[in-house]
Amino acid sequence: MSIWAYIFSVLQAAIPAGTPLLYGTLGEVTAERSGVVNLGVEGMMIMGAVTAFGVAQATGNAFLAIAAAALVGGLLALIHAFASITLRVNQVVSGLALTMLGQGISGMMGKRFIGMPPRVQLKPVPIPGLSDLPVLGPLLFQHDLLVYIGLLMVPVLWFLFYRTRWGINLRSVGESPATADAMGVNVFQVRYLAVFFGGLMAGIGGAYLSIVYAPAWIEGMTAGIGWIVIALTIFAMWDPVRGLLGAYLFGSVRVLQYRLQGLGISPPLLNMLPFILTILVLMFSAGEAMRKRLGAPAALMQPYTREER
Amino acid sequence: MPDMSVPAVEMRGIVKRFPGVLANDHVDLTVRAGEIHALLGENGAGKTTLMNILYGIYHPDEGEIFVKGQRAHIRSPRDAIRLGIGMVHQQFRLVPSHTVAENVVLGLPGNFFFPERAARERLQEFARRYGLHVDPDARIWQLSAGEQQRVEIIKALYRGADILILDEPTSMLTPREIEELMATVRRMADDGQTVIFITHKLDEVFAVSDRVTVLRQGKVVATLETARTDKRELARLMVGRDVLFRLEKRPVAIGPTVLEVQNLHVRSDRGLPAVRGVSFSLAAGEILGIAGVAGNGQRELAEALAGLRPVEKGRVLLNGEDVTNRPPRALVRRGVCYVPGERLVGTVPNLSVAENLILKTYDQAPVCRGIFLDSRAIASHADALIEQYAVATPSRETPLKLLSGGNIQRAILARETSGAPGLLIAAHPTSGLDVGATEYIRQVLLSQREKGTAVLLVSEDLEEILQLSDRVAVMYNGEIMGILPADRADLETIGMMMAGIHRTEPEVA
Repeated sequence: MSIWAYIFSVLQAAIPAGTPLLYGTLGEVTAERSGVVNLGVEGMMIMGAVTAFGVAQATGNAFLAIAAAALVGGLLALIHAFASITLRVNQVVSGLALTMLGQGISGMMGKRFIGMPPRVQLKPVPIPGLSDLPVLGPLLFQHDLLVYIGLLMVPVLWFLFYRTRWGINLRSVGESPATADAMGVNVFQVRYLAVFFGGLMAGIGGAYLSIVYAPAWIEGMTAGIGWIVIALTIFAMWDPVRGLLGAYLFGSVRVLQYRLQGLGISPPLLNMLPFILTILVLMFSAGEAMRKRLGAPAALMQPYTREER
Repeated sequence: MPDMSVPAVEMRGIVKRFPGVLANDHVDLTVRAGEIHALLGENGAGKTTLMNILYGIYHPDEGEIFVKGQRAHIRSPRDAIRLGIGMVHQQFRLVPSHTVAENVVLGLPGNFFFPERAARERLQEFARRYGLHVDPDARIWQLSAGEQQRVEIIKALYRGADILILDEPTSMLTPREIEELMATVRRMADDGQTVIFITHKLDEVFAVSDRVTVLRQGKVVATLETARTDKRELARLMVGRDVLFRLEKRPVAIGPTVLEVQNLHVRSDRGLPAVRGVSFSLAAGEILGIAGVAGNGQRELAEALAGLRPVEKGRVLLNGEDVTNRPPRALVRRGVCYVPGERLVGTVPNLSVAENLILKTYDQAPVCRGIFLDSRAIASHADALIEQYAVATPSRETPLKLLSGGNIQRAILARETSGAPGLLIAAHPTSGLDVGATEYIRQVLLSQREKGTAVLLVSEDLEEILQLSDRVAVMYNGEIMGILPADRADLETIGMMMAGIHRTEPEVA
């Protein structure tokens, strides 16, 4: 196999591998743009995964499964929203609690699904015309529906962020909630919606793992993807387009993790790859000064209250 | 044109209480349609509170409001906007990383899409009518304070305001920008807009207003035709006693050089160069004033000299000793005192007055005995300073944050200057303070000078700089544009240097 063919095959596999990351990242980017960090991504994803698998087994309907996963992710996110927006609890603490809650409940709910063969599976849907293109066709246009939807969400979110009043409101709430409030924007409503949307997306990301990518239920199957999403959000500089690049980049790393084993590199070492990359991203961007330079929303992690005196 | 016979705003018997304070005490205010009405008073007199009530941010405990003859119930800024009231706050409410156009349309109801073309057209119209020129695509952080203020005014006008409240609008502007603002305000009034202009500066009242209402301690003292009053009368009404307009500056023999700064480079929070190659020296018994528009590196300079910000390049010599990048404590021990620009930065707001007063000496006798603090020594230390510096506080145990700005500043000065400072760095020591407190604090600075302290005074208030300083340095874009002896510095020269236009050769000190 030529080196080009090898790279091509890695990239082709990287897109499905990066898709759960893409959903999670787009959701977290939206939530953080409103000023709320949600470290519960890992928990919302794993709950999405177990819900999707369970609903798929019960109904045999993949779309119902995905919708249920999204809803569960969204509801979990609302717990975080209530704690961090209404009660103004520290966002890190509340998010971590959410992750632990999700891991615990999913483990309990998923016991009976362990080892079950999947009843439904999303099949690849080649897009007529486009899928026959040389190189690009097999790379981009011979995947399942969720890959396409994820890809499509990127320009849609970009447009919403930068070209609509909603986007201006969302970004203003994350940059300067007092300003937005003074201009009649409902800060609490915007933040709730953004966090809820983040939950929906994380839920779908989880569903993709259990009914498309694996497809099976394995306890703890998100295996740190939710944490990578947190790093990716920074890597993406809170921008959907860069989020897409980051998700597929980390997707490639996940693919290489398996492919390179063939070359005799130790598997545990390879398993560390995505996390080494995550740590590097966080190290590079951890400082307050660096965050400002990267363009972090100025009011990130700051609860908002009105009449302060 | 509005109906001139009906007052634009009428507030009757407004009462507003905050915990422990009666901010507005049965205030009556009538603002005629189409006039420029100055609201004059010291800080804490209740001007801003009253206007925040009119704008729906606070709710009055008692009283009625009539807007254009109609009884109004204003529950939120949204209600105020609907009644045609707009307010430009002292702290701008702008999103720094967004464009002018995005800031202007923020929160407007209506179409889903960003109304790009409509915004552009309206912005052009305001530029034509009132001289409010701004680039709709510029980002807020790129704009000067004067331009940001224009964006704020445009925001209000865009929402259809015909009653515009300006809260201390000149506090952040250069002299040139102040002139432009005054011209804009007059053009708006000629066009039938009603303007309420909050200020504590007497000159501004005479420069722009038709009538003036004076507030003192939450009560209306008088409403006068501006043309029929004078500075002395207004000052007396505002403060409640006669005010000295000239501080006596006694000649002091200049001592040895205390501070020498050589080619200093410092970076801002964003990691950009903020101070770029600044050099000067400062002697005992001398006040060096650093003038400049906010954000030209003064803050970073002061923080670097106080040991709070790393020096990237260059040297700081204190009494001949190299103290570059030494920690704050080492500098404190060598007699460096720092009065920071943001008052709450220099204090622990939740601690008591007494505790705040020992923040610098807690590890020294008599306050400290072994590993224990001597509460009696702390109390007597606090009582002495509270008396000496006339800090108005219910008790020494009161949390500092409950005091007014002027009294917090008095407490900071008491802590910083009660020892024997060799170098006093005072950043904006009187910003936002009323006439009485300002007068007092300036006197403290002058008496420090007489005691032989080297004083570095960073201020945006040119009058203050000229009144107190022996020499004046002007900072622009991180550099010192020139250092002038105070008797050769006039408002015009300094104003030009503040805008980065005129540059005199730095004199050899």
